[in-house]
Amino acid sequence: MSELAVLKRHTNNIRKNIVKMVTEAGSGHPGGSLSSVEIVTAIYFTQMNINQDNLASNKRDRFVLSKGHAAPLLYAVLAEKSFLEEEELLTLRKLGSRLQGHPSMNLLPGVDMSTGSLGQGISCAVGMALSNKYHGLPYRVYTVLGDGECQEGEVWEAAMSAAHYNLDNLVAVVDFNGLQIDGKVSDVMNPAPFEDKFKAFGWNVLTVENGNDIEQVIKALESAKTMTGKPTAIIANTVKGKGVSFMEDKAGWHGVAPSVEECQQALKELEGNE
Amino acid sequence: MKIATRQAYGKTLAALAEENENIIVLDADLSGSTKSGDVKKVRPNQHYNMGIAEGNMMGVAAGLAASGNTVFASSFAMFATGRAYEQIRNSIGYPRLNVKICASHAGLTVGADGASHQCIEDLSLMRGIPGMTVICPADAKETEKAIRAVAAYEGPCYVRLGRSAVETVYDDNLEYEIGKGNVVRQGKDVAIIACGIMVESALKAYDELKEKGYNVTVVDMHTIKPIDKELLVELAKTHDLFVTCEEHSVVGGLGSAVAETLSKYAPRKVKMIGVQDVFGESGNPDELLEKYGLTAKDIVNAVLEK
Repeated sequence: MSELAVLKRHTNNIRKNIVKMVTEAGSGHPGGSLSSVEIVTAIYFTQMNINQDNLASNKRDRFVLSKGHAAPLLYAVLAEKSFLEEEELLTLRKLGSRLQGHPSMNLLPGVDMSTGSLGQGISCAVGMALSNKYHGLPYRVYTVLGDGECQEGEVWEAAMSAAHYNLDNLVAVVDFNGLQIDGKVSDVMNPAPFEDKFKAFGWNVLTVENGNDIEQVIKALESAKTMTGKPTAIIANTVKGKGVSFMEDKAGWHGVAPSVEECQQALKELEGNE
Repeated sequence: MKIATRQAYGKTLAALAEENENIIVLDADLSGSTKSGDVKKVRPNQHYNMGIAEGNMMGVAAGLAASGNTVFASSFAMFATGRAYEQIRNSIGYPRLNVKICASHAGLTVGADGASHQCIEDLSLMRGIPGMTVICPADAKETEKAIRAVAAYEGPCYVRLGRSAVETVYDDNLEYEIGKGNVVRQGKDVAIIACGIMVESALKAYDELKEKGYNVTVVDMHTIKPIDKELLVELAKTHDLFVTCEEHSVVGGLGSAVAETLSKYAPRKVKMIGVQDVFGESGNPDELLEKYGLTAKDIVNAVLEK
């Protein structure tokens, strides 16, 4: 099987797990989890030097899910990396679970930062990248932001500081799916154009036309590695709810769990890709 | 000798930074005032200015701590704990990260800057965060010991520092332990429980009361959280009135912590000297302390009105 085929098998399996987890939990955020699948899969499977043995070490690349509500995606990716058993995914959001509604770093090894309150994760990622620079460590830090999340002022405070300290070891990917809870991002409070804003804040900026095409995402992540002196923002155009026909491009699927029937239909569609 | 606690903070932090290269210091454009800037003079590479962006500063502090560093983050109390409350709560407190929030210019004695800068809610805000250690030193010597103690302690801490010079209460013999109040005068019947600059006022009140024939106890409760429950319960055996003294709102600070503890384990009457749920105003520190009822005389009156 080609490397690309392996990655596509991972992304499909991750999507199935997201749908199963959120259905079992009865709540959660399927839309923004599904839109970021290729982004986070590309980061974990093609970029980060992370494995079972170095999970607790500072001497590795790190990932901060700034859009912490996409927790089901992060957990599904960690399971796909075999950092936790697939069965545990079904404990999402249940009492006593290590899989909190939003990621908690102290509960689950492999979660590099507790996130969920929008805007804060990118600041934490800046701190990690700054630490690597200070200690002369060659490791990189990746963070994924929601497009709606970029309405938080803290994102731009963080952007300013990352450029100020020349954090070329930091990559922030904006999952530009165009939707947030109350509707279209452009209607609620338009944060676009992202490219111009990040450029103005001193970042290297790359656009991915189709952020649900993992090859395009990988190409951008590889390009980011060649940049020196500036952090890189990757604006990835995606489809919210990607992979499940009735969820695609629907704001209503931001934070609603599918019914059992809807779950079955979704799984059937996803199995059709195999 | 009068020295502001923030002066002692800067001096101690600079020494700590020289001793330990894993100490990283952040400030939000107030490094000259908070005195965190003293670190720049000896270890410029261990001090990062984050600009006027306190929320981001706290997140960056969290990321640095998650990478194994001991992080000190400073600003004025108003902006550190008020502006950046939720960043402290969610990015530092919830993951129990090793960040020491050392905020200066707390309380009314900021003076002429007025109510917008006089933070009288910081102890309350920080005390409400699970697992946060909350400390308010009385003088320069105690600040030095407290800063060394929080640097050695693993976990999130808040240290409240002042702008104005305060009389030095302690000498080098001070024994300091986080969570253990200091009984600075042992008496009976009435226990004055103070923190920060109010320790000096409590000692003045002690002297005045002594002249009037009263022998009260004075405690420097430098750690507001975890509060020294054992000491309070022990004092309750021989004291039936507790007078708490803080340069902070009477809502949620030291007085509340003492009242919560006593009401649960050894109910006693508690009178609270503090800012009575109002905002401050411009004025010089002494005028403000007098107007808002935070002087030794106010403590004496509270005891005599027993």
